[in-house]
Parts: sequence; structure tokens; C-alpha cells
Amino acid sequence: MEIADRDEVHPKIIEALLKTDAGLSSDDALENEMILNMGPQHPATHGVLRLVLRLDGETVIACVPELGYLHRGYEKMAENMSYYEFIPHTDRLDYLAPLCNNVAWVLAVEKLAGIQAPPRAQYIRMLISELSRIASHLIAVGSMAMDVGALTVFLWTIREREKILDIWDIICGARFTNSYTRIGGVANDMQPEAKAKVQWFINQFDENLEECEKLLNANRIFIDRLEGVGVISGEDALDLGLTGPSLRGSGVDYDIRRYQPYLFYNEMDFKIPTYTEGDCLARYFVRIDEMRESAKIVKQILDKIPQGDVQANQPKKVLPKKHEVYSKMEELIHDFMIVNFGINPPDGEVYHAVENPKGELGFYFVSKGEGHPWKCKIRSPSFNNLQSVPHLVKGYMVSDVVAIIGSIDPVMGEADK
Amino acid sequence: MGLEAKLTQDGFLTTKIDALLAWSRKSSVWPMPMGISCCAIEMMAVGGPKYDIARFGSEVMRFTPRQCDLMIVAGTVTYKMSHVVKKIYDQMPDPKWVIAMGACTSSGGMYRSYPVVQGIDQFLPVDIYLAGCPPRPDNLLNALIQIQEKIGRTKGRDFQNKPLSELNVIQNN
Amino acid sequence: MKEIILNQLNASLPNIQVETSEFKDELTIQVQKKDIVEVCKVLKNDSELKFIHCIDVTAIDWARRKDRFTVVYHLFSLKNKFQLVVKADVDESDCNIDTVSSVWRSANWHEREVYDMYGITFNFHPDLRRMYMPEEFEYHPLRKDFPVLGIPGSLPLPKK
Ligand code: SF4
Repeated sequence: MEIADRDEVHPKIIEALLKTDAGLSSDDALENEMILNMGPQHPATHGVLRLVLRLDGETVIACVPELGYLHRGYEKMAENMSYYEFIPHTDRLDYLAPLCNNVAWVLAVEKLAGIQAPPRAQYIRMLISELSRIASHLIAVGSMAMDVGALTVFLWTIREREKILDIWDIICGARFTNSYTRIGGVANDMQPEAKAKVQWFINQFDENLEECEKLLNANRIFIDRLEGVGVISGEDALDLGLTGPSLRGSGVDYDIRRYQPYLFYNEMDFKIPTYTEGDCLARYFVRIDEMRESAKIVKQILDKIPQGDVQANQPKKVLPKKHEVYSKMEELIHDFMIVNFGINPPDGEVYHAVENPKGELGFYFVSKGEGHPWKCKIRSPSFNNLQSVPHLVKGYMVSDVVAIIGSIDPVMGEADK
Repeated sequence: MGLEAKLTQDGFLTTKIDALLAWSRKSSVWPMPMGISCCAIEMMAVGGPKYDIARFGSEVMRFTPRQCDLMIVAGTVTYKMSHVVKKIYDQMPDPKWVIAMGACTSSGGMYRSYPVVQGIDQFLPVDIYLAGCPPRPDNLLNALIQIQEKIGRTKGRDFQNKPLSELNVIQNN
Repeated sequence: MKEIILNQLNASLPNIQVETSEFKDELTIQVQKKDIVEVCKVLKNDSELKFIHCIDVTAIDWARRKDRFTVVYHLFSLKNKFQLVVKADVDESDCNIDTVSSVWRSANWHEREVYDMYGITFNFHPDLRRMYMPEEFEYHPLRKDFPVLGIPGSLPLPKK
């Protein structure tokens, strides 16, 4: 953190900062107020978020987040590539849970093109989404604990996360940027070893999570730094566009898995954990509980997962299997057409959202019947969650800002797109 | 270096100041983790228990540039961010090295689009380009070892009043 | 649900024009640009509708159409578990529309993003700055006439 000199902070940001009605008054504004620049390179901002804070002593009276340091032009690129080509790009949106984004993208495209993936593929998608949710929340909890000073937890949660990354390695051959789903299914079937490994992971997970929890739940420093910090009411949270665990920490049980069920979530038995306090601690508990629920869902999936194909049988829209491309004429032609010209969904517009670890991730397509979308809008949860930061930090100390950002867990890859 | 073996034989050791300096420099490289996007997560994994960068003497990740001598640029550098990266690089004390981690920093990677700098070598001197999107943690460790080798070959006179970018350390040897 | 929405809208605002369309079970209503704030207020506050969650605000550039842009609002009602799309056309020669950030505070940043990407101005917006691109940047990247690779020299690099 450094004291900003005025040349570097753009005058318009200063203007926005001074314009916000602080709601707190100090006796002599000139003497007490300070403008502090935090980020974009700051360990606690989870990437390249930049906050410009207006301080009265040590109290934050206004805050202007500045985004765009990781703006990579996704929406423009999506307009210039086919639906298949964009799948690897979705990995890099919320890079803590790449598979969730893969699933969201293909579900949106399938809705637009009217494709139905076979049940086994859908179960696999559900399985990988839930495991990703665990992996993402592990990092969220770990790095939040690290931000408020408990480094050990971070190492332990990373250890758990590595086990999940090993599972990805077995399922699809990549440990981090997976690009595993395909339109109309998933890239390859899940091997029995993968299933065994998932089983093993889930069986030992509860115990290990409890261990991590023990480090925190009775930790006086941890509780004191989070309890009653960054309070937001359910109404405000909805109005500001919060979704995901951050919203459920304020007592609103909005979860897309329940409100607009996709895949087979309506057949699963799980709870939506909510807490009513709306502070950082509540958001932390929501995450922990959600991991437990996800583990429960994974167990059910392992019991229920049917045998069968993992790719839909729609030759004009779904990529054929590689060995068929090499041996059959028809498949070769389809492969050529799909790769070169895309899948040409009908004219129209769809919006499809899924529940990501961070909140509601939605894709909005405008199709003109071509191989690439005419417009693609990514409704990213982190972008919206960050919007509440000025509201959350107002009236708290500078040191609380770190805890608050940790508790809403933004990922700049998708916030900046 | 096998210090102990030598010391038990004769009780003393002859070396050059240059060699000693280079040896101590290379064995405690302090990285500055310039984590920008996805690659930063793999960089965190390197610090984690499974890959454990501490085995190579570099676990001291400092988030202030003034204490570091190796900058790991991990993540897509956009034009807006490039000024920040450059500023942080300038704040690091000499001698300093740079690893461009991942396809994005090396060449723009999969982002052939308007806001992304197509390779950070347009404004920074880069010592190691690391392939992969993201590079696996083992690969980053490999890059670290290579940087250590490179540092091990430096001599004191290499750093006289010259920025490192003008030196061609490898050819001097 | 469609009838309820139209009834409530007509009851509260008798003299507005609304067109509806449906695609893949998604209901879209098209309104005129001048009515947008009124319509949104009804949609949010009406006790039967309660579209309290503004998912998203974005725009579409149609390139060669007469009304070049369409501003799109995605709304969700937790009470009815129903999603609605509201649209309003904006022409390039008169490239502005009233802000709805007074109705949903979450629309604030979305509108800033649309302003940054398409150059549509939102009247009465509390803080209309660029969202992503640097303040000095002159273009609006998501317009169809902007190349993917950008315009050389429009964004400065630091000196080596
Ligand atoms: S190289 Fe790949 S993983 Fe690394 S920052 Fe770029 S896109 Fe992300």
C-alpha cells in the first residue's frame, strides 16, 4: 500500500471518490483525510484489482474500485471464433474453477442449438462442477485465512486442492486448464480409475476439512477480524447484484441450482446453506458448508451415474469421434464442416446461467445463424460482487478491507473479462 | 560445492570472490511473484506443499519489489497493466532477472486481441520464456534451476554500472 | 406469466407500446427508449412481479440496421422464479438512453461497461466513466467497426 500521489491516480477517479457522499464527517477535512492507493499489485487484492480509498484517520469513508487491468477482450474474441473454439477460453475466466465455466458455456450453446447431451455426460458434468466448487472454495477459504494472518490453513487447503487437480489429470489429462466439455457431451469417458480416485478423495475429504476448520473456528484472531465486519443486508445485497456464497451469507437463498435447475440437480438431495448475519464470518461459513454439500452431491452422483455414451448423436452439431474421422467418409466431412464453419445454430437469443462457485455465471448469445455468435455477453459473478465493495468497506478500518475482499473472493479473470 | 568434505580435509578453502558471490546469489533467489491471472494459481501451487519451491531456496516470496531479485511475471499483461509491471520492475534492485511464465507473457498466447501486449519482451528484458498455458509447476521449477545456472555464471564485473539488460552474461564465459 | 406481466404493465402505464416475443422459453419485451425507466420501475416494484434481481445490462450492435444499437436488460424475479428480457432500441445519431441505476443499483457498473464498450451514453448516470479501458482511449471496442487486433498506437506501452 502506498500513499498515492495525485499524478498517478487519474483525476476522474479522484472526482468520483470525492463525489461519493461519505456519510461520515470529520472536523477538519483537510487535516484528516488521505487518499490511499491499494493495488493493482497487492497480495490481498487477489490479482489485479485496484482500490482507491479515501480515509479519515484509519476509517474508510469512500472507495472507488478500478478494474480493467486484466481486460483481455473476451467478448470481442468470441464474436470472431466458433462456439467450439471458445471452450478453452472459458477455462481462463474463473481460473479457480475452470470446469464450471466449461459446463456453463456448453450448456448455453446447447440451449441455443437445441442439443441434448446423454445422461452419463450430464452426470459427469455435474460431478466435475461440484468437485470444482470444492477446489475453488478451498482456495477461497485458504487465501482469506492467509489474508488475515493464518498461513497454515492456506497450505493445508492447497494440499487438498492438489488432490482434486490430480483427479483432473486422470479424467482429462490436464491438471488446471482442462477444456474437458464438448458441445453435446464431454471429450472422453471417465475411466474407472478416475471414479475410484474420486471415491477415495470424497471419503477422506470430510476429515481433512474438519482439520482445517479446527484451525480457524476456535481461533480468536480469525473470529475477531471477521465477525461483524463488512455487514450487508439481504436487500442491499440483491440490489447491488451480489450472487453466490456472498449473497447467501446475507440470508437470501438464491441458488440457480434450485431456482432454475439445470443438469440433474433437481434429482439431487442437498441443502442451500444460508446465514443471516451478512458479515465476513457468515460468508466464510457458507463456503465451508457448501463444500460439505458438494461432497454430498458427489457421493450421490457416484452412486447414480449411469453407463452409456458421453456424446450426443447429432452428427451435424457434435464433433465425431477421432477414430471414426480417420476411417469413415461421412464423419470426416462432418468434422471438416464443424471445425471450419461451426455448428450454425438457429437465429435467436438465449441467456443461460449456472451456479458457479462465485455466483451466477451466465452467457448471453445473439445468433444470426452463423458459425460464430453475433454477440456474446459474459455475465460474470465476480464483476457484480465487486460492485458491492464500496458499500461493504465504508466505515471500516483499512485492515478490514483486506478481509472483506477475501470474503467476497473475486477472481479478476472473469471480473475484467 | 561439497563444502563440508573440503573443510574436513584441509580446514581451509580457496575460491574466487566472484565464484563465492555467484554461488550465494544463485542459492537464495528471492522471487517477486507478479501474479496477474491464471498462471499465478500454478505459481501458488509451486509454493504449496506438493511441489515446494523451498527445496530450491526460493520460498521467500516477497510482495514488495525492493527485496527481490527475480520477477516471475505470471499472467496476461494488458496494455493497462504493462505500466504497472514496468514500474515494479524498475523498483527492484540490480542485479535482477525475469521469467516470463506462460504463453501469454511470452507472446500474447491465445489472446490475439486489442488490449493484450503481444509478449512482454516489448518493454522488459526477459531471461527465460516458459512454455505452457499454464506451465506445469515442475516446469516453473525447471526455469528456476536454469536461472540459477545463469546466475552461477555471472562475475562481479558484469554488474559494474550497467543495467543487466545490456550484458550478455552467457557469452562472457 | 406473460399475461400477468402485460396486464400489470398496462394497468400502471396505459399509454406505452410493448411488443413481446418468445424464443426457447424466454420472454422478451421490447419497449421504447423513453419509457425504459418507467417500465423498469413497475417491473421491480409491482407486488405481483417483483423483478428485484437485475442480472445484466448489455447492448447489441447490429452494424447496418437503422436503429443501430439495442440495449438489453436481463431481469429475474425470485418470487416467480421467472426470467425476463427487456429491450430498447437506440439509434447511433441519438446515442443515449436513461439510466436505470436508480432502480437497481447493480445496473451502475453494467451501464458503465456498455458505455465503455459501445459508446452509448446513459443520461443521469451518477458516475459514467470507462469501466475497463484507460480513460484516454478513444474507441469503443465492441462496436462492429473496431478490429479485434485494435488500432496500432492507440494504447501506449512503457519505454523499454
Ligand atoms: S499462459 Fe495461459 S494460464 Fe497463463 S496467464 Fe496466459 S492464459 Fe492464463
